[in-house]
Amino acid sequence: MRVALFVPCYVDQFYPKAAIATLELLEKLGCEVHYPKNQTCCGQPMANSGYEHLTGGCNNLFVDNFSGYDYVVCPSGSCTLHIKEHLHADGKEDQATEIRKKVYELTEFLVDILRVKQLSASFPYKVGLHHSCHGLRGLRIAQMSELVAEPFSKPAQLLDLVNGLELVPLSRQDDCCGFGGTFCVVEEAVSAKMGKDRVADHISHGAQYITSADLSCLMHLEGILRRQNSDVKVIHVAEILNNSL
Amino acid sequence: MSTATTKDHPHLAAEFNRDEPRVNWHDETLWWVRAKRDIAAHKLPEWELLRETASQIKFNVLSNLSTYLEQFEANATKNGIIVHWAADATEHNQIVHGLLEQKGITKMVKSKSMLTEECHLNEYLKEQGIDVIDSDLGERIVQLANEPPSHIVLPCIHKKKEEIGDIFHEHLGSAKGESDPKILTETARQHLREVFLTRRAALTGVNFAVAETGEFVICTNEGNADMGAHLAEIHIASMGIEKLIPERKHLGVFLRLLTRSATGQPITTYSSHFSKPQEGTEIHIVIVDNGRSIQLGREEFRNSLKCIRCGACMNTCPVYRKSGGHSYHTAVAGPIGSILAPNLDMKKYADLPFASTLCGSCSNVCPVKIDIHDQLYKWRQVIVKEGYSPKAKTMAMKAMALTLASPTLYRMGGKTGRLVFKYVPFAVNNKLNPWYNQREMPKAPDESFGEWYAKRKGAKNS
Amino acid sequence: MSREKILAAVKFNQPAAMPLPDMEVLNKLTDVRTDLVSKYKAIATAGGSFVYEVSGFDEIKTIINNEFKAGVKIISALNELSDYIYAETVKHEDGHTFADVELTVLRTQLGVAENGALWLTEKDMGSRVLPFIAQHLAVVISKDDFVPTMAQAYQTIGDADYGYGSFISGPSKTADIEQSLVIGAHGPRSLSVFILS
Ligand code: SF4
Repeated sequence: MRVALFVPCYVDQFYPKAAIATLELLEKLGCEVHYPKNQTCCGQPMANSGYEHLTGGCNNLFVDNFSGYDYVVCPSGSCTLHIKEHLHADGKEDQATEIRKKVYELTEFLVDILRVKQLSASFPYKVGLHHSCHGLRGLRIAQMSELVAEPFSKPAQLLDLVNGLELVPLSRQDDCCGFGGTFCVVEEAVSAKMGKDRVADHISHGAQYITSADLSCLMHLEGILRRQNSDVKVIHVAEILNNSL
Repeated sequence: MSTATTKDHPHLAAEFNRDEPRVNWHDETLWWVRAKRDIAAHKLPEWELLRETASQIKFNVLSNLSTYLEQFEANATKNGIIVHWAADATEHNQIVHGLLEQKGITKMVKSKSMLTEECHLNEYLKEQGIDVIDSDLGERIVQLANEPPSHIVLPCIHKKKEEIGDIFHEHLGSAKGESDPKILTETARQHLREVFLTRRAALTGVNFAVAETGEFVICTNEGNADMGAHLAEIHIASMGIEKLIPERKHLGVFLRLLTRSATGQPITTYSSHFSKPQEGTEIHIVIVDNGRSIQLGREEFRNSLKCIRCGACMNTCPVYRKSGGHSYHTAVAGPIGSILAPNLDMKKYADLPFASTLCGSCSNVCPVKIDIHDQLYKWRQVIVKEGYSPKAKTMAMKAMALTLASPTLYRMGGKTGRLVFKYVPFAVNNKLNPWYNQREMPKAPDESFGEWYAKRKGAKNS
Repeated sequence: MSREKILAAVKFNQPAAMPLPDMEVLNKLTDVRTDLVSKYKAIATAGGSFVYEVSGFDEIKTIINNEFKAGVKIISALNELSDYIYAETVKHEDGHTFADVELTVLRTQLGVAENGALWLTEKDMGSRVLPFIAQHLAVVISKDDFVPTMAQAYQTIGDADYGYGSFISGPSKTADIEQSLVIGAHGPRSLSVFILS
């Protein structure tokens, strides 16, 4: 199985450990992982700011980089969703369509495609799971609290396979963290308040780590935790799943 | 009580956030309403089918609206109701004033109608010398406070009981320092009873208008719409063109959804069906367009007209909960307001579609399944294309697009370790980075993943 | 003129016709007719109503006489409760004259188990304002007159011709002040429901 690893721009720049864990985990699970080295970004920062019409170059590059693989896997729900919903390229629409079908967020790939039922991972801590809105309501990697429907959570299902890990309950299981791309600076006051409130929910339930399938949320929450000099840390779900003894 | 302001959502929201305990209180109160909605919804296993059915009925309404409007008019007229048409807010206000003038009425009681807020009817009538008293308790409170409602279902959700106590002490003579909701409500009851008994005209909103029968339905918990309407010589009901539903039986779908979504109650205390005027009295309906037919023509945004004004999208919206209704500076706040307002004035409301993280919670609580967050995204694109985006932002976005389209530029930019932040601090004149105000910057690692990977043995560079 | 302008704009801008959904599935799914009285009772009580299961009108009279002081103005729309002012005889009077009514007693043929609502039309009320202006409201219903949900309620109503009708599900209430529930906003301070067995 030839898998292309899509490492979003900010993960590449700020959170290489999460990308490394993703790569190692996929390899451990038997995938042939490729990293197309000319990749940059999914174009979401522009598109969500109202500049989708400027994403042509970015999209083109994406199609060039990611065509021809069995799957494209990404350790970020938000970027995955953006590709799934918005990747189009003039003259290469067939390839773009292929990619939109083949792109997966890491945890959904592990559960739905690799059908992972066991892991030799260990993480003896209390962990709070933050669901990113795009992963949750966009990709549906877990059931959202708004719907009257059966609950499930792909990341939680995987975390349950990890030795010693204890998931803490939350008062608001899927309230948004307030990152929101450029929202975090344009609406600084509300964004920061939303982040602070999410952090407080995790801390009050005894979380030592906050994890998520989305690093953009974690980057936001980390910014707040560090400002508060908190001992609580953020960690991408791949790093937990790849954490062997 | 004008909502006119030159400040945009980020600024008004920042002002609201200066009092953090108050933000917490506001957030908790609305979250509690959302939680009540969840409990009510989960009691109905058929909930999602109900939403889907409501959504399809409303699609049908939008696609046959002209027919339904004519059918409704014909049936209402047959029932003895007098139907008026208003192209915009001004015409609506003039029609209402004309009706009052004809009868020599100078005092009117009004129950909740977001449409009259949208039309700024109260201000207009005041200028014409007409005294209007809002009879919904929440609306009366904000009216006395000289403020617009901050929520379409819970008009004074931003006010604390102590503040309401002060307002009632000043205007209604309640005891100084009295803040018990029971006693304050009783004070309003006595005051408004006197109003109901002395007003010859009553204005109400409309929740649903049935094309098949020509009747219309008004839902309240307080009974204020009924008290006003049944005691008046003339009952004026204002409705937007989108309030139509095809048949009476469809009320069975919408009345099941409306209040469960709004407050978690299974139904409002009163769901009143007005079909014919009472002996010796008149019912007038004013059917208002005010931009709705334009929105109907916007393929990407017409779904917003399915809205039944339950307020669920506001209660669930983290931005609304943490910024308050007034920060939206428009009659209908929150997510739904943010997709309705740009249709009326794109320049004035260019900030609203950006007052969202696109988290999508709104679309999934919405009882008529409006794709609210997708429309927010689409409005952003329209607003930028129409030139209502700040120049600095456009410049930054262009530079960013260029960088991200070129692996070489990207790698160079990345070296500074701040790629993501390089192009975004356009919000506050570039003087300081708003991220850093309350949050630490992420630590730049020694090497990026790309750099690590290049050094990795046997790297499968493609 | 505005009429034509609006209708033309709407006609021009409305999308291609979409069909109405099939309501049968929902109707069937919700048509569960077991324990309707106890379901009604639970929901109505939670909504602030007082629900009494009674064997006959004498029992209703006893309850009313216990709850209300002698001499207060009570208007009844029921033949069976004729000790009070009969609604039929005062229905043409100006609504304002009912300002001092303490209790209105009405009879309905339709109650909804899922939400505690009772369907009352102008005919049942005498005068439209009576169920609203009274300090208290009481409604009599037979135990066989309940339907499961609003879907069945509108099937029962069908194409009935009424000038005015209202689903009333409890006492008048508000939670506008800090979301704390207060009973007795502008309408009746209580709703008593008498279920006749
Ligand atoms: S958009 Fe939907 S959720 Fe929001 S007020 Fe309208 S109907 Fe309710």
